[in-house]
Amino acid sequence: MTLAPELKDMSPEKLLAPVLSAFWDEDKSWTLDVYRRHEGYEGLRKALAMSPDDVIAYVKDSGLRGRGGAGFPTGMKWQFIPQGDGKPHYLVVNADESEPGTCKDIPLLFANPHSLIEGIVIACYAIRSSHAFIYLRGEVVPVLRRLHEAVREAYAAGYLGENILGSGLDLELTVHAGAGAYICGEETALLDSLEGRRGQPRLRPPFPAVAGLYACPTVVNNVESIASVPAILQNGKEWFRSMGSEKSPGFTLYSLSGHVASPGQYEAPLGITLRQLLEMSGGMRPGHRLKFWTPGGSSTPMFTDEHLDVPLDYEGVGAAGSMLGTKALQCFDETTCVVRAVTRWTEFYAHESCGKCTPCREGTYWLVQLLRDIEAGKGAMSDLDKLNDIADNINGKSFCALGDGAASPIFSSLKYFREEYEQHITGRGCPFDPAKSTAWADRTEVNA
Amino acid sequence: MTTSSSERGVSLGMPELPAPGYPDDVRARLERDARELIARYPDSRSALLPLLHLVQSEEGHVTRTGMRFCADMLNLTTAEVTAVATFYTMYRRRPSGDYQVGVCTNTLCAVMGGDAIFEALQEYLGVGNGETTDDGKVTLEHIECNAACDYAPVVMVNWEFFDNQTVQSAKRLVDDLRTGRTVSPTRGAPLCTFKETARILAGFPDEREGAVEASGSAGPASLVGLRLARGEAAPARVVHPRDGGPHDEPQDRAVHEPSPTEHLSSHDAPQDTSASDPAHPAGPTAEEGE
Repeated sequence: MTLAPELKDMSPEKLLAPVLSAFWDEDKSWTLDVYRRHEGYEGLRKALAMSPDDVIAYVKDSGLRGRGGAGFPTGMKWQFIPQGDGKPHYLVVNADESEPGTCKDIPLLFANPHSLIEGIVIACYAIRSSHAFIYLRGEVVPVLRRLHEAVREAYAAGYLGENILGSGLDLELTVHAGAGAYICGEETALLDSLEGRRGQPRLRPPFPAVAGLYACPTVVNNVESIASVPAILQNGKEWFRSMGSEKSPGFTLYSLSGHVASPGQYEAPLGITLRQLLEMSGGMRPGHRLKFWTPGGSSTPMFTDEHLDVPLDYEGVGAAGSMLGTKALQCFDETTCVVRAVTRWTEFYAHESCGKCTPCREGTYWLVQLLRDIEAGKGAMSDLDKLNDIADNINGKSFCALGDGAASPIFSSLKYFREEYEQHITGRGCPFDPAKSTAWADRTEVNA
Repeated sequence: MTTSSSERGVSLGMPELPAPGYPDDVRARLERDARELIARYPDSRSALLPLLHLVQSEEGHVTRTGMRFCADMLNLTTAEVTAVATFYTMYRRRPSGDYQVGVCTNTLCAVMGGDAIFEALQEYLGVGNGETTDDGKVTLEHIECNAACDYAPVVMVNWEFFDNQTVQSAKRLVDDLRTGRTVSPTRGAPLCTFKETARILAGFPDEREGAVEASGSAGPASLVGLRLARGEAAPARVVHPRDGGPHDEPQDRAVHEPSPTEHLSSHDAPQDTSASDPAHPAGPTAEEGE
């Protein structure tokens, strides 16, 4: 679960492991030609030489876990698809990346869309699907453009369509653009949306593996999970397991953002720490210190500078009281008002709540009312317990995980920064100057 | 517009008449496109979101006429189509500008300067959230997290990325849009109009020369880890968009910072759906009363 001691204090060359991002700096990295020069579609050839069941077992043995937040073993998801049931099977790729702070799938699809397409073909071969869908959030037209082109190239080269590489596998791939709704990142809401309905989550069971798209067995996987599969087939499950830990093997994309010197994508074995990432990348912006951060987007309970050495894998982050989520490391320094941050996140959840269930729809509304009052200096001390109480009535009692996500920043900020909330109440307002948090704050002072 | 918003808002009285259809030539063209989209799915209803993008590409927003067209094509009721069209934020329900300028004001971008940018643009353009400049060029909105946090603060124009923005660069950006200069995003292709963008979203690839390759393989922040892993660049030498490039002039100190009482999400009230002008159903000629 933790990094072996000999890995400590190593250079970035040793700590990082670019796989999916290995050639993003090459000219026209998104094209089939460049992808092929980097062993592209070789993993598919290996997969097609195996039986579909063996491919499922291989991916399961590799230990690959879902990169969309929950960390469910990918191979096991594939195994749940009933075989020989006479129904069509579907693969739906969740490319609705919308969790605040999360920014890994979009750069991946922009620079290297063929890794996803190759992974899709392998997955569809394994689960016996002849039609796959990429549900891409609509608000990212540059990525949509490259996906359209990559799919066209893949059809022309015989990686999609009929009798792929002479294997007898037929596969259609449809790129589907969403229309702006965070909830569609929830897998059952995504399926409703893909069926042309309002994106609202479904009651489970039945799970998508039994009754998913058009009530047929369906696998829903995150972009990064599927895009990681070709490298596993190509380089071997032992290679994959040589990175990360026993329970969290492999490599993944960490997205560093906020008040850091070098925000961006860092692909590394699971289990690297925020301290290691900050040390190699220049730390926080000069003259400032880390105040709070999220390990995997706004829905994962926030951490503070006490948690710099938490191994960023599924078990490590879980043991420290949060979730690995999407590895969206949003870092805020001491100029940032935590009440402002949490209020804005809560407004987001209230706006994006689909309205289907009462705890989430009503709870997020009332959280916003209380938080706005507190931020504006009109709150009472009793409001803090009320916030906790409302969050408790949302958490675990909502139809889907959006409600749990909305409760996370409330619980965790009250746990670590209750005093700051109290300051807003006793001081009748916010003690922070938002101008000091901006990207240009320090430069302005120099120039002024 | 033949019926005003207030007339349509009255709950008693005559039921609203069915929306007028598209002119025959427009309908024939849209039907061809719609059939192509529907054929991509095992179940026709799955094409509803693409069809709503398609009718938006025709009129610039989703009208009652557009929704009726979708219902006809998919054998749905207009109520079923309306329920879907009103759920998703990318479907506009009133005539809007050629360029949709969306400032991310979710927490991270807001803190990094998105709030200041959104406030400054409202003042500079003289419009509020969701409103359009008098010349019909720019519709200003605040948007939610757009998966570009390592480039904060982010502004989207017609859903192309303008990374690492400042108040100054955002003002220049809207100036350029309004004077008709060709504007290229940090990541994405030179801008086309909102209607043309909606057609790509419907599922028709961008055919413009060079559009797919525009702006290169990846933005600078996407490459910092890769460069470090190769030992190519020490952190201090990593080209940081924040410290250079086009945004290096001093900031406007007079920018109004939003107070905690000005809440961005309170702009998100339910909207009316405006009708196509029956006399000119293919064009958004209607004036929005309020």
